[in-house]
Amino acid sequence: MSSANIDAPIVITGICGRLGKRLARVLHRERPVIGVDRRPFADKPKDILHAQLDLRRKKLKDVFRSGNVAGIVHLGVLHDPRASAEEHHSWNVAGFAKLLEYVAQFKIPKLVVLSSANVYGPQPGNAQFLTEDAPLLGGSRFGEIRDLIEVDMLAQSFFWKRPETETVILRPVHILGSVHNAPSNFLRLPVIPTLLGYDPMVQVIQERDVVNALRTALRPGVKGIFNLGGPEPLPLSRIIDILGKSSLPIPFSLGNMMMKRMWSLHLTTFPPPELDHIRYVCMVDDKRSREELGFLPAQSIEDTILSVHADR
Amino acid sequence: MYPWLVPLRRDRRARAPQIPHSSALATLASAAGGFARSAFPFAKKLVDEGIETWMARLLGEELSARMDRVPVNLGSAGVDRFGFDPEWAKYALSAAAVLHRHYFRTDVFGKENVPTGRVLLIANHSGQIPIDAAMIGAAMFMDIDPPRFIRAMVEKWTQTLPFVSMLFSRVGQVVGVPENARALLEQDEALLVFPEGARGISKTFDKRYQLAEFGLGFMRLAIETNTPIVPISVVGGEEQYVSIANLQGLAKFLRMPAFPIMPQLLLPGGQLPLPTKYRITFGEPMRFTGDPDDDDSVMEEKVFLVKQTIQSMLNRGVKSRENIFW
Repeated sequence: MSSANIDAPIVITGICGRLGKRLARVLHRERPVIGVDRRPFADKPKDILHAQLDLRRKKLKDVFRSGNVAGIVHLGVLHDPRASAEEHHSWNVAGFAKLLEYVAQFKIPKLVVLSSANVYGPQPGNAQFLTEDAPLLGGSRFGEIRDLIEVDMLAQSFFWKRPETETVILRPVHILGSVHNAPSNFLRLPVIPTLLGYDPMVQVIQERDVVNALRTALRPGVKGIFNLGGPEPLPLSRIIDILGKSSLPIPFSLGNMMMKRMWSLHLTTFPPPELDHIRYVCMVDDKRSREELGFLPAQSIEDTILSVHADR
Repeated sequence: MYPWLVPLRRDRRARAPQIPHSSALATLASAAGGFARSAFPFAKKLVDEGIETWMARLLGEELSARMDRVPVNLGSAGVDRFGFDPEWAKYALSAAAVLHRHYFRTDVFGKENVPTGRVLLIANHSGQIPIDAAMIGAAMFMDIDPPRFIRAMVEKWTQTLPFVSMLFSRVGQVVGVPENARALLEQDEALLVFPEGARGISKTFDKRYQLAEFGLGFMRLAIETNTPIVPISVVGGEEQYVSIANLQGLAKFLRMPAFPIMPQLLLPGGQLPLPTKYRITFGEPMRFTGDPDDDDSVMEEKVFLVKQTIQSMLNRGVKSRENIFW
């Protein structure tokens, strides 16, 4: 397979995100890397080619036309909860569908999609550890993430329709580190609000471990869906203990009301339904990634948690 | 006293970096947090010592000594991956153990029948509120060697209740889905199941000690995970609350599992369960083989064997006791 070909380039969409940059820095030492992102790549290593364009644009085709691309890592998913639903949908779903079209057309041998364990959704009736076969119910209580579920589903159907492309879907739990996602931002708060009387078990994974998993997924022969569980699960309260911060327990009804009000007044970046993540469990069974992918998180749980303040 | 827990957390707190706070709210909350951090251990120490002396007086030094011998699978933070925390379980167990020894004065038979390693405990369910589960839990801890913590399954709506969800998870109760049961047994735990479910616990007095219909799920689970089944009979639970009727229509309307009519609730002190004498018998382990996905009819035959065993243990237990209360 040509993905074994070390001279063929890997395309990374959304390369200008923090995770994308990290992956690019690791990967460009081993093989050519092409980045696709509509944002500029500020401190780009010289040997990385960067195509500054929108995924939905026709010009994207030129990226694939120019060389025999060995694989694509799709990180270009829009997570901004403030963006309009239409923009979200068109970017995440239409853009990804376009990308899949080119993967099929140019017979690209490898596609790695970074989905998320959030697609399962925190629910009161969740099994403690959800396997890859669990239904994706994340949208039932939190409509705004439906397009992320759709991306996951599109990738799944592509997996079946195009067996000649090795499609890998990674579903990591909450990613912590220098990334600006909801869980990292939440743990960066000086005082961490919790829900009075709830203390769910939580899994977290460090961004460097996610980068490693993405690299492992590029290995020829790897395909399928893999949950990434990170180090051992902990109760939320112990995570706050490890950070050495205080928590502020708020009754759910009050917290929910406040969040809704603050959200409508643009005082918070956390959408109110995300409260479910500190109320119910949403943990994954990562047996398959440990056994089939051979992926083990290298960072300890303490280092993973403390890494949200690493760039201070 | 419980070296596997406390020092670990204290060290970590000391090592954690101090985050500079900016806003007034943050300062206020951190001050409150700081106060709480110094006040809580003190209060906790008082409570801990209080409970310890109380336990020692009522139960002898036994409980603490047993606590050190329980096999548990703990992570570095002192909880297992289901959120079970032995420090919390200690309090729940000491309360159950006091009831076990001094209120219901439980007699335990067949202690030698409980194997070490994974086991499914299948028992009759009775008594309107699940005191029988607590008594089996106390018996497994106080009377069986080596002592065991039991795990049980709870309804998923309990997870929506604040404090209840947290308490259940810390004392080892998990949401009742097959995946969780499988994971617990693969972890070699002792899992308590009442196959009668709500049908059993809300029996009226005229149906006492007559087993209601058994679910089949536990048998599939036992075969799939190759787990021995220990049948258990609990005698004494049916008389703790005498229910003369169960208003199912009203229960459905109120979205409750049952609506029992219990005249004793009107008497002063009748809200407490009657101090009947509990007799818990552990039967010999039963092993089943076959295909876990077999037809219901095949499963029913196997389940019937377990049900028959428990029913005859119950009949013998009821017949041999001379008095309900002693």
